Amino acid sequence: MSTAPLALAADPASGRLAWRRFADVAFQVVALFVLLVALASLAALIWDIVADGATRLSLDFITSFPSRRASQAGIWPALIGSIFIILVTAVLAVPVGVAAAIYLEEYGGRSLGARLIELNITNLAAVPSIIYGLLGLGLFVRMLGMGRSVLAGASTLALLVLPVVILSTREALRAVPGSLREGSYALGATKWQTIWHQVLPVATPGILTGLILALSRAIGETAPLIIAGAVTFATFAPDSIWSPFTVLPIQIFNWVSRPQVDFHGNAAAGILVLVLLLLSMNGVAIWLRDRYTKKGAA
Amino acid sequence: MSTATPRQMTSLGELASKRQDSTDANTPAKIDVEKLNFYYGDKRALQDISIRIKPNLVTAFIGPSGCGKSTFLRTLNRMNDIIPGTHADGRILIDNVDIYKSGMDVVQLRRRVGMVFQKSNPFPKSIFENIAYGLRINGMAGSKSELAGRVEESLKQAALWDEVKDRLHESALALSGGQQQRLCIARALAVRPEILLMDEPASALDPIATQRIEELVYDLKKTYTIVIVTHNMQQAARVSDHTAFFWLGRLVEYDRTEKIFTAPAEKLTEDYVTGRFG
Repeated sequence: MSTAPLALAADPASGRLAWRRFADVAFQVVALFVLLVALASLAALIWDIVADGATRLSLDFITSFPSRRASQAGIWPALIGSIFIILVTAVLAVPVGVAAAIYLEEYGGRSLGARLIELNITNLAAVPSIIYGLLGLGLFVRMLGMGRSVLAGASTLALLVLPVVILSTREALRAVPGSLREGSYALGATKWQTIWHQVLPVATPGILTGLILALSRAIGETAPLIIAGAVTFATFAPDSIWSPFTVLPIQIFNWVSRPQVDFHGNAAAGILVLVLLLLSMNGVAIWLRDRYTKKGAA
Repeated sequence: MSTATPRQMTSLGELASKRQDSTDANTPAKIDVEKLNFYYGDKRALQDISIRIKPNLVTAFIGPSGCGKSTFLRTLNRMNDIIPGTHADGRILIDNVDIYKSGMDVVQLRRRVGMVFQKSNPFPKSIFENIAYGLRINGMAGSKSELAGRVEESLKQAALWDEVKDRLHESALALSGGQQQRLCIARALAVRPEILLMDEPASALDPIATQRIEELVYDLKKTYTIVIVTHNMQQAARVSDHTAFFWLGRLVEYDRTEKIFTAPAEKLTEDYVTGRFG
């Protein structure tokens, strides 16, 4: 050990060693601090909502219809509406989005046309959602005569999430190692056999993660659905894709904007229901992803 | 293993007497390449390659990195087609059919010309499914017992059966590197190719695993025409009957392996095989 200081003194990098060690620790501290700020604001938000809404949250609240009396009002139509809307959105957006991504990534090549489409999709992902609401109103509600229905609302949301679905699916497909494709082609597999049997199974966990992010965005959307015709005071739960509907964020918005303080408690409880719905969606996604990852390794 | 394993054949002088000379013109070529040029975009990677590769022999491609030997290997099953912006001119005849002619069924070609890659690339599926995949996609699976029989046969051909027969339904990714590479060979053999292309199949393996691959190559040439790319000149000397030396996208010299290593015609070849550059 006695030779160590000598060796250090001879090391040409030792001059900045103290500074490098300090920077190493300093960055760690800063990163931790930033993380804590983010977590603290999230915790404050949730605490605030729980404090306001926890007492209102009950089975009755979940299964009741809206009412003029805050203590009797419930969230049932909005909850069913949200679940219904998100299911139909998924049915519409997932096959189209995944298929579009497969085409762009696997067949589209690098032509000018393909790059233009890619640029457009990236831009569409950043378009304000209210624009999609206007499009939905014009296209689905009026032109295609769907009226103010679940189908029109879900179609609008499907358009809204489509760019996100396409982009995340492309990322997942791109992450599949090229050696896997080559191995399949080398055995005499066609392009589609390679995509179906090798690429898609490996990409599935990534695709699912993207889908759930996209659908999580859709379930929180308010603006496009207000424009595309969601009702704000629903006394019925939708029972077909042609039914009028409302969704949780709209119901929450409706309650928050009322002057009576009691309704604000309802809004907080509604937010809790929405958060729980989101959490369970993400839970299902993580479960599915793990299942597919294990299946791939087995 | 067979009576003369490649490992025992390190003495090149001994070899010369054992090997039949089949560069002679009356053996028909399995692969006949005429004036092949290959381009990555504008860059010409292969220049006027002409070579006749004989059936049921092992032909080794040697040369320094970037000399085009892998690129050339990948033209033989048109694997380069999947790289955008590449094209080839010239002719490659396999059994007298030009594989670059328009209307050529690339899918069928690749079934007949199998390939093993430098880095083993088993599918993230079970050992059984890795082999069965090629049979299924080519409509060769037949009944369940036929499929199982074919899987067993392929694994035996690749000298892997005894090591994996009790865990066919476990993940292929749990195998060791050498086992994974033999699985990839078994996978390629399962679809009954006529030609087996091997792109540095042992470069990532330890000496023991390398020896097993080399022994396998030696056995397989009875049934298949084998083309092997290698960085390792001892390996080329051990396993191959013919050797082709590539340099800067050109085929410099092609002859019987012992000739290439003991009395090459070109100065460049001599410098390379004696380790003066490369």
